Parts: sequence; C-alpha cells; structure tokens
Amino acid sequence: MTSYPKEMQESIARVEATRPARLSTKFPRLSLQEQETLLKGFHPDYRPEGKRRLRVGPSWGEAVPHELADLLEAYPLLDPKAVDVSRPDVDVDVLVIGGGGAGTVAAIWAHASGIPAERILIATKLRHGDSNSIMAQGGIQAADKPHDSPAIHYLDVLGGGHFTNDPKLVRALVEDAPEIIRWHEDLGVMYDKEPDGTMVEIHGGGTSRKRMHSCKDYTGLEIMRVLRDEARSRGIPVLEFSPAVELLTDHGGQVVGAVLWNLETGEYTVVWAKATVLATGGWGRLHIQGFPTTNHYGATADGVVLAYRVGAKLRDLDAVQYHPTGAAYPDQLVGLLITEKVRGMDAQPLNRLGEPFVHPLEPRDVESAAFIRECLPPEKGGRGLGILTPTGMVGVWLDTPMVDILHGKGTFQRALSSIYRMYIRFDIDPTREPILVYPTLHYQNGGVVIDEHGWTGIPGLFAAGEVEGGVHGKNRLMGNSLLDYNVFGRRAGIAAAGWARLASPGTPTLAHVERYVHELRSAGVPPERKAPLLLPEYRGEKALARMVDLL
Amino acid sequence: MNEVTVFIMGKGYRVPAGLTIMKAMEYAGYRLTRGCGCRGGYCGACATVYRLKGDYKLYGDLACQTTVQDGMYIAQLPFTPAERPAYRLEELQARGETLLALFPELARCVACNTCTKACPQKLEVMDAVQAALRGDIPGVADLTFDCVSCGLCTMRCPAEISHHHVWQLARRLNGAYLTPRAPHVAQRVEEVRAGKFKGELDRLVAMPKEGLVAAYKARDIEP
Repeated sequence: MTSYPKEMQESIARVEATRPARLSTKFPRLSLQEQETLLKGFHPDYRPEGKRRLRVGPSWGEAVPHELADLLEAYPLLDPKAVDVSRPDVDVDVLVIGGGGAGTVAAIWAHASGIPAERILIATKLRHGDSNSIMAQGGIQAADKPHDSPAIHYLDVLGGGHFTNDPKLVRALVEDAPEIIRWHEDLGVMYDKEPDGTMVEIHGGGTSRKRMHSCKDYTGLEIMRVLRDEARSRGIPVLEFSPAVELLTDHGGQVVGAVLWNLETGEYTVVWAKATVLATGGWGRLHIQGFPTTNHYGATADGVVLAYRVGAKLRDLDAVQYHPTGAAYPDQLVGLLITEKVRGMDAQPLNRLGEPFVHPLEPRDVESAAFIRECLPPEKGGRGLGILTPTGMVGVWLDTPMVDILHGKGTFQRALSSIYRMYIRFDIDPTREPILVYPTLHYQNGGVVIDEHGWTGIPGLFAAGEVEGGVHGKNRLMGNSLLDYNVFGRRAGIAAAGWARLASPGTPTLAHVERYVHELRSAGVPPERKAPLLLPEYRGEKALARMVDLL
Repeated sequence: MNEVTVFIMGKGYRVPAGLTIMKAMEYAGYRLTRGCGCRGGYCGACATVYRLKGDYKLYGDLACQTTVQDGMYIAQLPFTPAERPAYRLEELQARGETLLALFPELARCVACNTCTKACPQKLEVMDAVQAALRGDIPGVADLTFDCVSCGLCTMRCPAEISHHHVWQLARRLNGAYLTPRAPHVAQRVEEVRAGKFKGELDRLVAMPKEGLVAAYKARDIEP
C-alpha cells in the first residue's frame, strides 16, 4: 500500500537503507550556542521583514507580526454608536469569553469558588469545546515522578523559553502541575497508566525528565471532553456561536462585561459582568508569514485585540511557535499536527538522502529551524536536502516505522491512533512508510500580560490559556499548553470569583473604544482595517469576486 | 485545473479535484460557521452525509477529512440533538447498571449495526452499545476512546440512543473509579503542599540569568 509518487518512493528507499544503522543511534544535541546560531539563521521569527512596531496602544513601539499588527491597528467591527449597552440582556457575576480548555476550567473553578452556576456565563465563538485544546495530541507535563521535581521542570521551561519567561508564572505552572493531574484523575480523565496506576510518561522536546502524561494521542480531546462534561454537570450556561466583539468598561476603566454578536442571526447581546475572564485562545488562523497552521478555525487572536483596546499590555508576541512537524503530504493534510510524541517514541527526522540532521527532540523553535535549513535551497543558505511533493510543498521525512521496530508491533496504532487514522485514509501506512513533515504555525507564545492569579492589571479583567503571555516566554515546550490552560484557567476562575464578590462596577460604556478610535485616527491607520477578525477568509477567489450583498 | 462537480445541498458546483468536502464548500463560496471546528478531525463539528453517483448508500464522514468525488451529493449536519441526563460523577457508582439506569434507551438496541457503519472513526460502535448493556464500563471506555462525538451514529440509530453521552459517562466512570490512582502523583501533591520544593523554587525565581543558564546547562538528562 502506498500513494507516494515515484520520486518520493526513491527517497524512501534511501530511508529504508539507512534505517538499520540508525536504530541504535541518535543525532547529538546542540549546545546553546549552536542553537542560537541556527535560530538566527533560519527561524522565521528572525526575519525582520515579518514584523513591525506598533504605533498605537499600551505596547506602543513593540514589534509584532504584520498579521497581528493589522488587527491591533484596526477600527472596531462594531460601531460603538450602533449599540445600546446601557441595559443588559444578561447580567452575571463572571463572564468567561471562550469555551475551550482555559474558559471551561475557569468557569468550573469560579463555580467551585461559590459563584452559582446561573451567575456564570461562558460565551464562545463556535461550539463549546471547539478549540486548540481539543486538538492537542501529545501530552501534558507535570513533575510527579520521584526522580523529577518542580524545580527541574522550572529549569526546562525557562531554558525552552530562552530565559525570557516571567518567573512567577513559571513557578505557578510547575508548582500546580501535580495537583492538576490529580484533579483530572478525580474527574475521570483516562491517562495512559501501568496496571498499578503508575503514569506512563515520556520525553518531550526540551525536557530533561520523562514527564509527559498522555491519553494515547488524543490527550487534548480526552481532557477537553471531560472538562466540558463536568461544566455541563454543574449546569454552567454556555452561549455558543456568540463571540465577544468588544469589552465593556465603566468610567474608571474597569472591565464590566462584553458585547457578544450572534454569528448566525447578526443580533448583538449585552452582557454585564462583575468579572470577565478572557480565554479566547491564539492566533494560528492569521497564517503569519503565509504558514499553514495546526489551529482550529476560530484561532484569530480576538482576545488580544479586545484586551488591547481596554489598555492591557502585551508581551512576547514577536515570537511565533512553528511546530516542527506539520503534515506536508498529502495535500489534504498540509499543516495538520503530527504530535511531538511521534519523535518522543523515537521516530527520527531525515533528509532526502535518508540521513539524520538534528536530534529529534530539540526545543520546538530549534527543531523547526533545522528543518527549514535542511529544505531551503543552497542559494538561500540552506542545504537543499528536502523532499519535494508533486504540488510543490517541501518537507523532511519522519521515520515513523521506527516506532514499531523499537517498541513492538502494534505500538503505533495503539499509542498514535489519531495519526494512524489520518494517514491510512489517504493510503499511507505510517507503520511501514515514513511521513513527510514541515514546520506549521502552532502556538501564540506570548499574549496579554498577567500576574500569577491571571489578573491582567486591568480591574475586572482576567486572562488564561493561549491568549496570555509570559508563561512560556518566547518558546513553549510541548505539554506545557495543556498544563498552562489548566493552571491559569483555575487560578483566573478563582481570582475572578473573588473579584466578583467585592466588585462595584459602574455604568458599562464603550468609551474606551471611542478613545481608541481617536488614537487610531491620529496615527493615520487606514479606515478600512477592522477587527476582531472572528473568522478567517477561506472562500474561493472566484466566488468572492462575484459576491454582492443584496438581502 | 482538474475539476469535479459536487452537489452542495443539492446544488451543483465545479471545484478542484482533491479538495476536502470542507474546502470544496469554501471554494464554492460558503462561509462556514456551523459544520466547521478544528479542521483536523478531532472536534466532530463537521459531520456530513453524502451519496455517490449511481450508489444507493447514504455515507457519513467528517467534512475536514474526506476528499470530494465527482458527482458527490453533500449535506452537512449542523447539530445533533442528543439527550444527556443530569448527573454528578461524584454521586454515581461505577456499577454495571449505572449506564442503563441513566440511559434506558440502550435497551432498545436491535443490533442492526447501522451505528458502526456510520462511524467516521471506524469504531465498533455496536459492540460498545452491547458492552454498555452488559454493564462492562471499561469495555465501553476502551471501544469509544477515539470517539469525536460527531453524532453520525446518533442520527442514524433506530433505537434513538445518544451514543456520545453514554460513552462520555462510561469513560469518566472508568477513569475515576475503575482505574488505580497514580500513587506518585498523590505523593507529589502532598510534597508540594508540605513545602518540600519551596526553598529551591524561591532560589530559582530570584536567580539572575547567568546562574539559570549555568544550572540549565548542568542539568542531567534522563536517557
């Protein structure tokens, strides 16, 4: 069984020829110095033409990708004068914006902190659970084995982030981690365990201990659906297909709710809230520098835009995470995630000649840079040793048959069933043939500045999950995003509940939006630019060119 | 360009061959809100039914994972109404009869196997229903672990079972009550509470970058 074209099969023959010798060897790890050189030479973040400095707002002067700058330097989608926010359609104690992992955890913990379910609202753009959280495959980190410790985890996180992380946030992350895993056990998450209950844990890129817990390669799906079920059990209301398009503020600048917009009917809904938790996720669907993405349909950085308009500071948004192993063939799968767990289970990246060129588990940015160097043509400074596909994509091999050879027949299908299923649909058997991969836009490393309680520094506004920044600095390690949304979702939910009990919100307004518009005009931002984006534009050019709005 | 004709909700469009159903709909000019979530085969938002030219069968699959074929008739399912009874996990016991007590319609299964044929994940759905009837919670959990809750089986089931809600409960019961807890996790939680790592973390948080870099370089890596 193979659907690989002949040219690719010739390269596969080389992969097979070098395999026996590679089974017992691993490419050496790079020193910090070598890593830095590789990053500077080949990581897309180091291309200065990819970014510009912000000309408006609280993080004025900071460089972010053009695709994000275009949304931050943009006028409101919603005309502040077209809506009446002086009366609420819904009035709650805690509004959670975003129904992925972080939002669901925040809502559960707000409830566990004593806020009645009917005084909480989760508002989300798509369905409850449609998120990057549900797509995570590989695992979640927690230092819970005897030879590991939160302090070692701390060092790994910091090294992976090139020492740019906020130490307080990293501490919260690693210190809460074991408790999060135990909470998941209480909720009924089916972690991979030995018969006696011992967690099966493996390495991820940049980890110095095996601390990656997983649920086959559906870790994100399993945790998300359990959390969603728990929120349902608690009776927490959810408004689906209702993205927030603007936050509300009172005269003192306190965030006191949001305006939601019904994606299907076009109606707006005014929500007054004593505390608001922003859990809108990341930015993959901005396709920064034209990269494909692993992210879900709604990952359009809406929360960063909303928070910026109320004065929240941003950080580390110059750092984009490209996951080294996005699918590069067949075309239907391009950009989709191939979990790092595949490399954690000893599949090696190889070039066209079947030669290894990088350790399989360098931190993600380093690994990605190595792949790009291998594929770029020599005239662009690369090695020109990538594999070309019939549609012009390029990639390197991931030698997936090694998983079963080294760990026993059947391991791949058992431990990596989602990847197996994905390829077998297209007549590629990853237990017998390697798969082609290339870096894909995966994660928003930075985001809204928070403290260790998820507070943004703006009264009434909290943030958790991918929308916030500082936890991972400029590069996140595998398994720390699921951990991040649990740790900070919980902390933000508890803090929001505490705030809601004491808050005395003033009259909700959109005054901050009008002030922001003024600032945009002074900076000469072109009037056609609007944000938040809400959904990416994927309609065919031919159809769009002839589209007129008549009804 | 190599094109095929697909019928979206009965209306024909020419689209490039090789696109997924989802991308074909977008190419034709649809802006998706319903029927589109993760776009990677995990969330189950894009359940789609279709027929092929000259074929009597009604097929079901995920729009983001299925390539269009010439003459395909496509209809997306925007939503699957399904009944989930109210329960709190902590008030339940992982006994054989728990599933049937909360989902009595399980007993209406006529073993027609339509659910299995409808599953885009190729799970043994009917076997899972039978395991649920027998009260075999770990069996249900294992058989349904890869379920993405797309609802295709539920839409076709003559017994009107809300499959994915049954599976969810079974997996939670299995994870919470029928699987041994990890002793090392409980122990570490206690150690953190007792402040075992506090001093070391205090020191690391206050450490200047040079010290951290040195400590990072010096750390030994578990083989």
